[in-house]
Amino acid sequence: MYVAVVFANSIIFLIFLGLFIQSKPILVKKPILELLLSSSWHPMKGEFGFYPFIIGTLEVTAIAMVLAVPVCLLSAIYLIEYAHRRLRGLAHVVIDVMAAIPSVIYGLWGVIVIVPLVRTLGEMLDTPTTGYSLLSGGIILAIMVSPIIISVSMEVLRTIPLQARETALALGATKWEAIKHVVLRSGLHGILSAIVLGFTRAFGETIAVLMIVGNVPVVPSSLFDPAYPLPALLANNYGEMMSIPLYNSALLLSGLILLLVVSAFNLTAHLTLLRFERR
Amino acid sequence: MNSRKFEETLAKGFMLGSLILVLGILAAIVLVIVLRGASSLSLSMLTETPKGGYYLGQGGGIANAIVGSLSLAFGASFLSLLLGLPIAFALQKEYLGRHLVRITRLSLDILWGTPSIVYGAFGFIVMVYFGLSASLLGGIIALTLLMLPIVTRSIEEVIRMIPTELKEISYSLGATRIETTLSVVLRQALPGIVTGVLLAFGRGIGDAASILFTAGYTDYIPRSLFDPVASLPLAVFFQVATPIPEVQQRAYASALVLLVIVLIVSIGSRLLSRRYSRHIVR
Repeated sequence: MYVAVVFANSIIFLIFLGLFIQSKPILVKKPILELLLSSSWHPMKGEFGFYPFIIGTLEVTAIAMVLAVPVCLLSAIYLIEYAHRRLRGLAHVVIDVMAAIPSVIYGLWGVIVIVPLVRTLGEMLDTPTTGYSLLSGGIILAIMVSPIIISVSMEVLRTIPLQARETALALGATKWEAIKHVVLRSGLHGILSAIVLGFTRAFGETIAVLMIVGNVPVVPSSLFDPAYPLPALLANNYGEMMSIPLYNSALLLSGLILLLVVSAFNLTAHLTLLRFERR
Repeated sequence: MNSRKFEETLAKGFMLGSLILVLGILAAIVLVIVLRGASSLSLSMLTETPKGGYYLGQGGGIANAIVGSLSLAFGASFLSLLLGLPIAFALQKEYLGRHLVRITRLSLDILWGTPSIVYGAFGFIVMVYFGLSASLLGGIIALTLLMLPIVTRSIEEVIRMIPTELKEISYSLGATRIETTLSVVLRQALPGIVTGVLLAFGRGIGDAASILFTAGYTDYIPRSLFDPVASLPLAVFFQVATPIPEVQQRAYASALVLLVIVLIVSIGSRLLSRRYSRHIVR
């Protein structure tokens, strides 16, 4: 048992260490700022600028959050505060199923449904696009992160005591006012954590995004341009072309960046949620 | 007064709209995949491995991917249960101090959130280090890392719900820690174990990024742990990218098979956990 616990605690450090050792060659050769801020990605010439990939990841994640957060929060509030028990039961099943659907299936659905939709939208707005774009990636990610945002915020809302609502109602507030001024305010930190957890999920999601975001290593200038997020870069190129010097190392550096960002956000979110549970 | 009422109605309308949107999207996903998949699914697709010219749209099926995915997911479920169960047991307060429990829980939570592509890359580094090539074993190792936090956290959450009195009764009868754990706690945690493993199985069988480099892809059914292995998610991923419609049809069929497996597992775990809960003392 103790061996297993030691294993559980050391595995995350082993992953960090493994990625760090592998990406060290490039970190030694090039200054980190150049790697992060240069947008010239030419592995053959030994130029590894991660800027387009980092911007691509951030933008696609941001679009996903902008689309997902309001819808998910409103759904969670409705389910906890207004919905009938039976509807809540149904919603639990739906959330479970949505969380269980593999990312390739979301990706496939994106190729079949979202990409043509975005293409038509682009035509209507006079911006010709293949449909494989930042916007498509963002839409699919928004759908993929909704189960986690909805379920965590439902958990948070449930921990807020009934008396808090009743006090507001007794003072003459409408139900929505009670929610807005009392429930949401006391649940704010927990809800933020739910959003952060959704954010990290979106940030590291690979396959579904890879299938529909277009994968062109240029900083996108509009919603309808293709992008190339970090996870997609790693998935598309890793394991091949080991002969190009530093290429392997550069790709694993992108893995390390991913892991660092995601772990940092996860840590904050879980620490906040932990404090919530203890109340 | 009226504006307050109006705000209430407006807010409620927005909330209901959001909920309908979420439900509608899920329905649309399932519907599209089922319709597209069903029209291209056939018995030979399920029972045959790819034949010559398969990737140009000729005969054969996805049996290699189905068998491959199942063996990957079963192997990894077994390994992660083997590792996760002792971890979950050790997280009881009889075994570990409060701080260590908290740290372990936190690191499991972080592992849970780690992107699967990172597990894939790490798995590949480890495999290169040990001189393994892409194989069933490599895929199982990467998937185990992905599934371990899921299995452990769900078992542990159930163990935490067990009333302390129950364990104290066992201790007062003279049972040792390990006897109590194995005969009382294990029994009580059984539904949690079943749901945890099934949850992880569902996540594992559908994950593509972690097995992309570690499991490889092949047209054959693997004969040993060291053979490369095909899988359903990668079958979808590779086949949808081709321009040939017949091959794309197979991507839809693979997606449908995958979806059905995942849904059976997800809904089955709900039903099973209810059934196993009969012996539970609350």
